Amino acid sequence: MTVTGPIALRDPVEVAPRRGLLGRSWTRSAGLVLCVVGVGVMVVASIAIGAKSIAPGTVLDAIFAFDASIDDHLIVRELRLPRTAIALVVGAALGLAGGVMQGVTRNPLADPGLLGVNAGASVAVVLGIDVLDVTAPLGYVWFAFGGAAFAGFVVYVLGAMGRGGATPVKLAIAGAAISALLGSITAALLILDAATLDQFRFWSVGSTAGRDVDLTVPLLPFLAVGALLALLSGRALNGLALGEDVARSLGQRVGWVQAVAALSVVLLCGGATAAAGPIAFVGLTVPHVARAVTGPDHRWLLPYSMFLGAILLVAADVVGRIIARPGELEVGIVTAFLGAPVFIAFVRRRKIAEL
Amino acid sequence: MGATTFGVRSGGRRLRSSSGLLTVRIGGLSTRVDARAVVVSIGLALVVALGLAWSVSVGDFPIPITDVVGELTGLGGAGRSELIIRQLRLPRALTGVLVGAALGVSGQIFQRMVRNPLASPDILGVSSGAAAAAVFAIVIVQAASTAVTGFALGGAVVAVAAIYVLALKQGVSSYRLVLIGIGITAMLDSVVAYLLTRAQLFDAQRAAMWLTGSLNGRGWDFVGPLFASLAVLLPLAIVATRQLRALELGDECAAGLGVGLTRSKLALTLAGAGLAAVATAAAGPVVFVALAAPLIARRLVGGRCVALIPSALVGAAVMVFADLAARRLFTPTELPVGVVTAIVGAPILLWLLVRANRIGTGG
Repeated sequence: MTVTGPIALRDPVEVAPRRGLLGRSWTRSAGLVLCVVGVGVMVVASIAIGAKSIAPGTVLDAIFAFDASIDDHLIVRELRLPRTAIALVVGAALGLAGGVMQGVTRNPLADPGLLGVNAGASVAVVLGIDVLDVTAPLGYVWFAFGGAAFAGFVVYVLGAMGRGGATPVKLAIAGAAISALLGSITAALLILDAATLDQFRFWSVGSTAGRDVDLTVPLLPFLAVGALLALLSGRALNGLALGEDVARSLGQRVGWVQAVAALSVVLLCGGATAAAGPIAFVGLTVPHVARAVTGPDHRWLLPYSMFLGAILLVAADVVGRIIARPGELEVGIVTAFLGAPVFIAFVRRRKIAEL
Repeated sequence: MGATTFGVRSGGRRLRSSSGLLTVRIGGLSTRVDARAVVVSIGLALVVALGLAWSVSVGDFPIPITDVVGELTGLGGAGRSELIIRQLRLPRALTGVLVGAALGVSGQIFQRMVRNPLASPDILGVSSGAAAAAVFAIVIVQAASTAVTGFALGGAVVAVAAIYVLALKQGVSSYRLVLIGIGITAMLDSVVAYLLTRAQLFDAQRAAMWLTGSLNGRGWDFVGPLFASLAVLLPLAIVATRQLRALELGDECAAGLGVGLTRSKLALTLAGAGLAAVATAAAGPVVFVALAAPLIARRLVGGRCVALIPSALVGAAVMVFADLAARRLFTPTELPVGVVTAIVGAPILLWLLVRANRIGTGG
């Protein structure tokens, strides 16, 4: 372990540009308003674009002056609106979770997908369907939740062991190892049972289509609590970014902060995975974009991550509908193909690889 | 050929007794051999041979072990069971041995090169490249099983080449190799998931079966290529291990010691990824073997030598016994070998991870 590498690189604040694009409070606030506008634009686009294009005017009519006899209104109400809502919620949750995860582990490569959270959720769902005969989607939502939390915990504990604590590379490798292991257990269970395979394979691709909005509603309180905890922990994460020792000497209760942040991540990631299935790379890329805009202050970084995550996921969902017309590409595939190159570019650009 | 002598140069007696290293001279060539590694290897080879014979003897049609030994050693024919031995059970068992050996060597190379006990070809893009190509072949092309093997090999080679090229930037850093491998793996896994949703249920089942890793129905046409690749890549790996010892000190140190980083890493990656690709193409992505075999081998041999051969033998033994268990545990249902390695491997792996990560340098 060299003296120069890990200490400098484990810290996202060191890795990121010192100052963001927007330096002052009012420009940041204005930027946030811009983000909200962006979300609105993406929502309209998401409702209007699809296998059947619908004019924006009709979209607004369908929302505010609904007429059940018009097909377009039904499409908007029954199909496009729910999936857009799910994409919004899931994107916001994943973006925010990524921001908190990177802050609390002080690790620029933290992402629920890469750190095994998705694989944990998958195994739990398969076990739920296969062993306990859970057939109602509402039932296996809870398995996803528990599995995600468990896998994330195991990966973090494994990655944090040994010298140097949870360095990016150790965490990434622990996450990949646990993902591979859990994935093989999933595959092993699936080959023994065709019926489970048939149910599971559609769940295992992160998607906003065909998800029942009734499933998402019970998850909302969990997501809301997670988001609240995350947004409130911004100040504490700023302290933590200076290193645990410094944070402690500044009077912060480090263990407490980490526990709250971890809880928020579990609620957000678990809820998002339960609602839309495993979606990787959103939690990884969004906070980096946000950090480029706001700089390393988590009080700004986290709200930006939330809004940008929502924009990214809705946009990815729309892209998936455009490139594979008249069919569509699931949003989880689109984010993987958008996110992996970003991840690789990031690994190449930073000195992180030379830890 | 000169006489083979065992011994050390004059004055080296204390060194030998304390380190357990023997210097072997054959004519003008001399090399140092770890005595403990030799003993362990011989023991492991016996275990593999035992597993092989046992695996051939049991089945729906049991064959006495004496017949099996007679047939395999050529001392006495086995009469009417000759066909079963030669055409069905022996090639399958040998495929298992060779796949296990290839995975063991490959895992050892990657773990040592990256200096992390969790780095294995399973997670570095080799398996996922093979998996994406194989599932594509099954679901879209509806290919026969030999063609699926070809696709898998091609996919693994392309994935590794892509990862290596992407990791190139003023030479190759081991960590960049790992992280880019993980990124590519995540991407390819989403491709596999996508293909599974587009498949007919029957094809999806076939794909899921392949994704677990199985030795079912592997004949002599698998043994030949596997043996040939081991014969080429294992010596390459052994030659490259000289650099591996230095690489373990870290890239900077290795460069300081005069190791040609790019060339030795290219050789190691080629050997490690090539072996993993061939093994995965033959049996599917059998998890855990490439991760665990090197760790077990290292515990048996100790930290002094790179232990490629012991690791290969441990891999072979694990594979043979896992396949034996997969075949016989739930008769008449025959499980794919990957189910056994995954389920038996999980707790052992967790324990090894905890241990290894605590004592190892994880970066």
